[in-house]
Amino acid sequence: MAELNFSGVTKSFGGAPALDDITAGIRAGEFVALLGPSGCGKTTLLRLTAGFDRPDAGSITLGGAVMVDPARFVPPEEREIGIVFQSYALWPHKTVAGNVAYPLEVRRRPRAERDRRVAEALNLTGLTAFADRMPAQLSGGQRQRVALARCLVFEPRAVLLDEPLANLDLALRASMQDVFRMFHRRTGATMVYVTHDQGEALALADRVAVMESGRIRQFAPPELLYREPSNCFVAGFVGEGAVIAARPMGQAGQGRLRMQVLGQEVTARTATPTPNYVSLRPENITLSDSAPLRARVTGCTYLGGRFRLALEAEGETLSAFSTQRAQVGETLGLSLREPWAFHDPEGETLMARALADA
Amino acid sequence: MSVASPRLGGSRSADRLLPLILVPVALIALGPVLRLLLEGIGFGEGITTEHLSTVLTRDSTATALTHSLITAVGGTVISVLIGASFAFLVALTDIRGKGALVFCLMVPMMIPPQITALAWMQMAGPSSVLLKMIGLAPPLGSPQPFYSPGGIILLLGIQHASLVFLTLRAGLRMIPADLVEAARMSGAGTVRVWAQIVLPLSLPSLIAGAAMAFVTALGNFGIPAMLGIPAGYSTLPTLIYQRLVGLGPSVLPEVAVLSLLIGAVAIAGVLLSRFVLSRGGYGLVGLSGTPLALTLGRFRTPAEIALWLFIAAILVLPLVALLVTSLIPAYGARLSFDTATLKAWREVLFVQPVTTRAYANSLMLASLAAALLMAVCLPLAWLMERRPSRISRALDALIDLPYALPGVVLSIACILAFINLPFTDLTLYGTIWIILLAYLARFFVVMLRPIQASVSQMDPAMEEAAASTGARLGRRLRTIVLPLAAPSAAAGAILVFLTAVNELTVSALLWSSGTETLGVVIYNLEDSGETVMASALAMSIVLLIVLLMGLVQAGAKHFPKGVIPWQS
Repeated sequence: MAELNFSGVTKSFGGAPALDDITAGIRAGEFVALLGPSGCGKTTLLRLTAGFDRPDAGSITLGGAVMVDPARFVPPEEREIGIVFQSYALWPHKTVAGNVAYPLEVRRRPRAERDRRVAEALNLTGLTAFADRMPAQLSGGQRQRVALARCLVFEPRAVLLDEPLANLDLALRASMQDVFRMFHRRTGATMVYVTHDQGEALALADRVAVMESGRIRQFAPPELLYREPSNCFVAGFVGEGAVIAARPMGQAGQGRLRMQVLGQEVTARTATPTPNYVSLRPENITLSDSAPLRARVTGCTYLGGRFRLALEAEGETLSAFSTQRAQVGETLGLSLREPWAFHDPEGETLMARALADA
Repeated sequence: MSVASPRLGGSRSADRLLPLILVPVALIALGPVLRLLLEGIGFGEGITTEHLSTVLTRDSTATALTHSLITAVGGTVISVLIGASFAFLVALTDIRGKGALVFCLMVPMMIPPQITALAWMQMAGPSSVLLKMIGLAPPLGSPQPFYSPGGIILLLGIQHASLVFLTLRAGLRMIPADLVEAARMSGAGTVRVWAQIVLPLSLPSLIAGAAMAFVTALGNFGIPAMLGIPAGYSTLPTLIYQRLVGLGPSVLPEVAVLSLLIGAVAIAGVLLSRFVLSRGGYGLVGLSGTPLALTLGRFRTPAEIALWLFIAAILVLPLVALLVTSLIPAYGARLSFDTATLKAWREVLFVQPVTTRAYANSLMLASLAAALLMAVCLPLAWLMERRPSRISRALDALIDLPYALPGVVLSIACILAFINLPFTDLTLYGTIWIILLAYLARFFVVMLRPIQASVSQMDPAMEEAAASTGARLGRRLRTIVLPLAAPSAAAGAILVFLTAVNELTVSALLWSSGTETLGVVIYNLEDSGETVMASALAMSIVLLIVLLMGLVQAGAKHFPKGVIPWQS
């Protein structure tokens, strides 16, 4: 297992920038998700890492060895990086066992070792009974597991997964997430997982890199992304809730500021002295009849056990949880508790673009 | 994409070496054509237009050119009539048995033209065995009606009808049903729909098909050779043949000019069709999923009967005539259960050294051409698809030329290019290798296009997955690309084999004693009056061809779309 480092990686396709000066480090054995809307550059970063494309500038190192920089280029077949494709890319003319054995054949491993390791990989992915089937005879989830087995059988130094669950139905996704988690625990491989589904990213990864327009907007563990987003894009893209312009009023202790939000003065958590936005998660909103901040109910969805209310207050759309059903058009009182405040200089333009994309 | 690396990995060197394959391909495929162009301006003897002016002002040239134009245009008209009727009925209506109908319409195209001519000749004239059997033979001494411009035009038309059919059918399938439905909703009746919607929309493919039929008819040698030479009616290909066979290589500069003339007429035809198309093309917007389908109602059965009767007339009858001729003991004899004999079959297949040698030569040339082309086209198709460069794109555009140009043009080009191998005293003229080289050049595109289709439909992730597991380029081509492209390569190989076994135009000019091909021997047998043996040989070839076509048809579901010419 090896650490993966990106330094100043830049790539454009026919003049359109796809990656803009990416610098990031992934620790050995870490499970990292690249999360972002389509076209954000996450798949490009993956393909540069695998060696299928070459960056215009910058360098990528794996375990301290340069994979690509302006002077050098290690072709994909010499990188020892495994990849699982969105389309699975199983070879239709080879059996399941034949697909899995291929990397070992390429490495000219002795027959006995090859058979043993193929059997191990098939066992680990629960495919032992399907060893002699052709890919066309498998279901989507089984194909996915063959692709995974083919990738782990040669013990790559890093494993890249390109939207591996995009072609599966919802029930299968959940069980495949367990397979990935188990796979990561058993092998301890450095894994980079590309997805546009934040649920997958937050559930699986040790750390998530949220990408937008070819840049990494925040690179942090999932709970930190949710609780303490560092800009409007991440606050809006990850998790539910609203991003609302706000004004600092004064100090309120360690990591706390008094803020003017929706006409109310509230205490906000923050890491900067001059925040201009707050992220209002549903957890930050409590409903109380006596609160001075009034909101009109515009929607009510039953989630099982609780309701999600869409609210309109001071011209902003908010989201809150409630234990009781509310009537559309009804007016409720809201109190805000400890929202997260951050500074984003380009907040307005970014939000506009995100809304236009949505 | 191609990146030079200072590290000398095996894959890197394969990456560097692979583009070198473009060099021999370009030399063999395009070299002769280039050489021919140079000959036209007097290459080797100082630049001169002397040959051009002497040959072009000769009377025989003008006559042959006129004859070529008359027969090609006439043949095209018949091809359009037959091909368009079939295309409209097969593509747009609900007639039954379309697959079998199309297969039967394609057989005339796959049968060598001289066999078509031979078969039709057995249907008419005083010696027709078939007519004698039913007592309708004209008296001895009456003329063979097919020895005439009309006969040539009719057979050219039938031979190339499938070209019009295929192009037009592909175009008709692109017409969305909702266009006609919209016209119906606007109140247009059946006639108005056909005249104002279907016909204008199908015109571009009709013109494209007609242009192909014209160019192919212009270059056809087998039919005017069998029917025109006995009647003293020469076209440009037969004129070239007669001069070269009669006077030998000394007339090369002269026939080079004649072949350039055919090439020029062919290109003019294509350009004219492109010009017409560019003036009146419509873009079809928003393709709907369902193509146009009309119900014939109570006209369906009569339409089906008419189509099958037509197939019987153009395919079954001539072949039956050919078959019965091959079974009589001697030309002129009557066929009955007592006189029927397989003597001629035994002679051509086992006894006569010339025919058995021709079988061996043709089978060897066809399989060698198919095998060599398959070996070259696989990496070439991959290179063109995955590592396109300016050179490979140029080659991709020009590689159609040797196949699209009339066969006579390519033959003359090959003689010129290989009569003296550059830098040596060796000559390939008169050896079997010059025929092989000409076949390689001519059929390149027949092999390349199916493989290209299959490589371009292949998910690049298939190869990337192999690369990420450590497989280098050579291994990826062998273990991933080759097996996945194999069905198309096999189809391409069978098509090359079929076309090469059939081939007469190229080998008629390139053969010499000992290197005869099947096409040449049939022509020579008939020319020397051995009609029965010629018929037996021809019939055996027809059986071989139908068998091979059936083989391709049987494997149809394994091939990507568009690989089998009669299934688009």
